[in-house]
Amino acid sequence: MHALVVDDSRVMRRVVGRIVSTLGFDVLEAGNGREALEQVAAHGDAIWVALVDWNMPEMDGLEFVRRVRAVPGNEDLLVMMVTAQTGAEEMRAALDAGADEYLMKPFNEEHLRAKLALLGVEAA
Amino acid sequence: MSATAITPAEFGYIKGLVRERSAIVLDEGKEYLVSSRLAPIARQEGVASVGELVNRLRSRPGSTLHHAVVEAMTTNETSFFRDPAVFDGLRKEILPDLIRSRAATRHLDIWSAAASTGQEAYSLVMMMKEHFPELAGWRTPIVATDLNEQVLAKARAGRYTQFEVNRGLPAPLMSRWFSRAGAEWQLDREILNAVQLRPLNLIGTARYPQADLILLRNVLIYFDTETKRQILSRVREALRPGGYLLLGASESPLLLQSGFERADIGRGGCFRAV
Repeated sequence: MHALVVDDSRVMRRVVGRIVSTLGFDVLEAGNGREALEQVAAHGDAIWVALVDWNMPEMDGLEFVRRVRAVPGNEDLLVMMVTAQTGAEEMRAALDAGADEYLMKPFNEEHLRAKLALLGVEAA
Repeated sequence: MSATAITPAEFGYIKGLVRERSAIVLDEGKEYLVSSRLAPIARQEGVASVGELVNRLRSRPGSTLHHAVVEAMTTNETSFFRDPAVFDGLRKEILPDLIRSRAATRHLDIWSAAASTGQEAYSLVMMMKEHFPELAGWRTPIVATDLNEQVLAKARAGRYTQFEVNRGLPAPLMSRWFSRAGAEWQLDREILNAVQLRPLNLIGTARYPQADLILLRNVLIYFDTETKRQILSRVREALRPGGYLLLGASESPLLLQSGFERADIGRGGCFRAV
């Protein structure tokens, strides 16, 4: 099963990717929302969760959530925003657009694991 | 150097140990916490300082002393919806059962003992509002107690750091019940008002609150067997027949106190008063 890590920072992709790989996921990466949509189209149901930054070039994370939810068949894809946007309004907007969880940067490994546990992922 | 002072290398060692054993992360600036929590263990071990205690830990990998240190550092550690399996059990089995058995009186007393900064009790209130709208017409007082007045004051204020809300609080509940208060997050008054916060020392003489559900998770491990027995005896008196006691996953009252039976819910630690 895949986890898709979407962030324009290679360092952040590596940090998040390392944590989710310890939970047993094969990690896919995308540098912006457009690339993430391509990954979802290519891998479909094999992607269990997408961890998505908000501020990215070309297509931001919020737009990715809107678009991915607009495609029939993506209803079961879990989406967690992982973002430096820490306002209550931004969180509400992401949830309204179809995000399932929301993790604020900065965060640590325990935070990410706890959020993934809420989505049903437990440490192996 | 004083007996409780700690060097960066010693702090780093403890931080690594606690992280390895519990996944709890001690941020820089928590040196004082390490010193104050470990000083009693250093005394108990008969070493002169916290630094010497760290030396002993380093020289004896895998000892029970490591366990004691990790436990000391994780006391009071709490978070919203700590251990999702417990809250699953509450939602799917315990609360539905109590709602059935208390339907005649429409009255359900809940006690969060050793409540620390309140996240457990407030998580319960949020869960009840979210999943049990039928309780709106019930009396469901939640009493949350702790020995420590400082943590109760924080619980009363209901204001939490980003660090605290990032830990296990589901985003939909956060969005519904929290608002920004500068760099922190303020829990809604409607949730705060549902919990009565009171100081209570479990080994003191004050009467335990009567309840249908008692949460006493990861507390008994810090007491010796005789104290555990005394606390469990009083908990059993406070718990109404058919009520539930939730302990930590590895804790059990069965060898120490009669009047409980194991309820096969979650990952253990759940008992019913018989």
